[in-house]
Amino acid sequence: MMKTPAYSQESPFKIHGGCGLVGICDESGTRFSGSVAINAMAVQHDRGNGLGGGFAGYGIYPEFPDHFAFHMMYHDIQSKEVAEAVLDEHFQVDLAEPMPTRPVKGITDAPLLWRYFLTPYPAKLEAAEVTAEDFVVHVVMLINSTVDGAFVASSGKNMGAFKGVGYPEEIGHYFQLEEYEGHTWVGHNRFPTNTPGWWGGAHPFTLLDWSIVHNGEISSYGINSRYLEQFGYKCTLGTDTEVAAYLFDLLLRRHKLPLALACKALAPPLWEEIDRMPEAERKLMTSLRAVYGSAMLNGPFAIVLGFNGGMVALNDRIKLRPLIAARKGDVLVVASEESAIRQIMPDPDSLWAPKAGEPVVARIRGMEWPIHGDLHSSPSEISCAVTGVLDSCEPAEVA
Amino acid sequence: MPATFIQPEFKVEIDYDKCHKCGRCVQQCGWGVYDFNGRPIPDDSKCRACHRCVTYCPAHCITIKKNELAFRDNENWSPALRKAVWRQAESGGVMLTSMGNDKPYERIFDHLVLDACQVTNPSIDPLREPMELRTYIGRKPDSVEVEPDGEGGVRLKKGAGMTNNIELATPLMFGGMSYGSVSLNVHKSLAMAASRLGITMNTGEGGLHADLYPYTDNVIVQVASGRFGINPDYLKRGVAIEIKVGQGAKPGIGGHLPGEKINKEVSTTRMIPQGTDAISPAPHHDIYSIEDLRQLIYALKEASGYKPVGVKIAAVHNVAAIASGIVRAGADYVYLDGFKGGTGAAPQIIRDHVGIPIEIAIAVVDQRLREEGIRNQASIIAAGSIRSSADMAKAIALGADAVAIGSAALIALGCHVCQSCHTGCCSWGLTTQKPELTRRLDPEWGAERLTNLVHAWSHELQEILGALGVNSVESLRGSRERLRSVGLDAQTSEILGVKPAGM
Repeated sequence: MMKTPAYSQESPFKIHGGCGLVGICDESGTRFSGSVAINAMAVQHDRGNGLGGGFAGYGIYPEFPDHFAFHMMYHDIQSKEVAEAVLDEHFQVDLAEPMPTRPVKGITDAPLLWRYFLTPYPAKLEAAEVTAEDFVVHVVMLINSTVDGAFVASSGKNMGAFKGVGYPEEIGHYFQLEEYEGHTWVGHNRFPTNTPGWWGGAHPFTLLDWSIVHNGEISSYGINSRYLEQFGYKCTLGTDTEVAAYLFDLLLRRHKLPLALACKALAPPLWEEIDRMPEAERKLMTSLRAVYGSAMLNGPFAIVLGFNGGMVALNDRIKLRPLIAARKGDVLVVASEESAIRQIMPDPDSLWAPKAGEPVVARIRGMEWPIHGDLHSSPSEISCAVTGVLDSCEPAEVA
Repeated sequence: MPATFIQPEFKVEIDYDKCHKCGRCVQQCGWGVYDFNGRPIPDDSKCRACHRCVTYCPAHCITIKKNELAFRDNENWSPALRKAVWRQAESGGVMLTSMGNDKPYERIFDHLVLDACQVTNPSIDPLREPMELRTYIGRKPDSVEVEPDGEGGVRLKKGAGMTNNIELATPLMFGGMSYGSVSLNVHKSLAMAASRLGITMNTGEGGLHADLYPYTDNVIVQVASGRFGINPDYLKRGVAIEIKVGQGAKPGIGGHLPGEKINKEVSTTRMIPQGTDAISPAPHHDIYSIEDLRQLIYALKEASGYKPVGVKIAAVHNVAAIASGIVRAGADYVYLDGFKGGTGAAPQIIRDHVGIPIEIAIAVVDQRLREEGIRNQASIIAAGSIRSSADMAKAIALGADAVAIGSAALIALGCHVCQSCHTGCCSWGLTTQKPELTRRLDPEWGAERLTNLVHAWSHELQEILGALGVNSVESLRGSRERLRSVGLDAQTSEILGVKPAGM
């Protein structure tokens, strides 16, 4: 048994919940303080209930741009020792330090929080005959599923997730996010209708440098998860966020769909709209809907996908959850409420409600598009890595 | 000795005080119940309780009652079993019957309940919001491949994407009922309705009458073991071809259309001599194994210019493995017919005792195809007693792409489920070839009734989807999370992949 709740114990049944979110990206690549993201989340306080808040920042570790930054949560010293042994075995550890935090009223029962800047041993990579990304997925899987009381909160390059049990502004202050500067920030405020109270269960949900925050309740969860199982993903968390994350992995990385088309598969236009399209587009969209009908995320959602290189915000196909966007110069902001945008961008050049199913995309100039071309891990490895649920893994892959 | 021990099942009671003595009941009854001698005199023993006379009696003076003869109680020897023994002792024959299994087996659909949204996610009002039912039946690729279109966008890669699917405006088809077993006017009603509804009707195994040619964009042509009416023109006319291997009402059993039903029109359509019995062998004599099926599927594709080819099977014990084989053999859809499915004629002992429930068949086939990663390669059509839009919704939630109805369509046209199709005397003019009876169904009227029925079910399905908080039927397909079982044993629930209510 895990000493701390694993995802699987957190949610033996489907988790229902509402949320608030924000995504901010400066497309010029200019970095800005995490306090901006905190401010945007603070005005959306009432969208959560204090049971989960979190942020992910990109470009925050310019001194370690090529290292995999592991943000770790430990239940106790013993789990830290075991996990660190795993890290030592696989990586050259160039820096290991406690996460800088400050006491904040309302934040209690924090786990031990450490971060590590890691480079895979070249010999290990060669021996395993895998890419660095696959190697990282494997280690995340190993720790999350086999090290009692340890959890990898994030594992990407030049990014990190800061999350826990509390309101997001409390979590932000606790992690001293005003000290960090990033070009892209996403934030999340959680309103779970059950009471997990587990730090690892807060959002963003991450793997490598992908992070996902989500406000919604996907009414098609049942078929979405069964569809993913066909490809080897194991949906053990019962959360919509997990399903959305795997669908993006499947469509972008494995089926190599362009981002805009992947968004159309998840939130497709109505048939009557498709019927009116020019022939080539109509054929494409008809195939897309027919082939990916089971992948359609049906029901209310607003989602922000962050990565090194930008972010994508997407609303459900009939816009049942709020999502507002605004731009001023190079800075693009999306949020659940206009108040959050006005708080940090009082005088935007433009402010609009993105149309249902139309993705809002921010791309940092000169940075790569968000596909891990070097990642070849199987769906079950991906599932196992993010959930830490051993049942997700093929036995041979854990050994 | 008495000619028979079997007493009439029904009593025809006429209130002669009200009776107009008009003789309409005499004229309407297809079974010859009535004699007329100044007033109608019924022979109870011929009555099938089809209510044709009741419906048309201008004085509303006819009542049909059960002939409730008391038998000494015996849970083991029900009156029906005693009668069956007497009947067979008299005739020495196989008892024939029609329509679907009428025995009190558990109806699993009635133990499944649907979900609805409350608070955490909104339900959707189908009267105000789009609610999409369009469904594509057929093989689909596992992924969509695109290439740059030269204008900054992307287009489908050449040869990629979905091809040759059957488009249905609502996830429902009319199941196969042959011309011969039903009248031409029934076929016309079905074809006209399918055409108006944007769905399909299915010829059954009796060929395609020339009068249906205007509607062939909405017709699936069937190829069964008797090969009646099949030529290259027939294969090319429909939107798809269906190989009928089996039927839920009589798995493993062929068909027998008696010579009396083979009139000139039926003879022309089936391409057999007038007055000869039309016998469909139990198996296809060119399909003794799965690899033979593959050859037939591809022969039909070649002959038809690559129309989709579906395969209809009865739901039997090993249905999941059989369906998997069918999909791997190249079928574009698998049509599963449950053991409550209807028939124009079948041995009663087969109809009532062979096969498995459609609910189980959908669940195990859908799951098996998913486990094998071939679910996208074929659609699943579920039939075999889809009685309402609720059954349709539950079948889709269990994993069917669409459902097919036969009995429900006939009931819409007037069928009263008297289970006497095999007699060829249908008073409602449906399962008969007697011209004085078949003319009772006006195809225009029939098409309107069928259109109404399917519209009504579609609206109800939209209401169900709206309550579930989804606005497209593909989000219900296979979404067993939205079903719960009530009063099913744990193992059945597990096989269905459905949690009990409360979990």
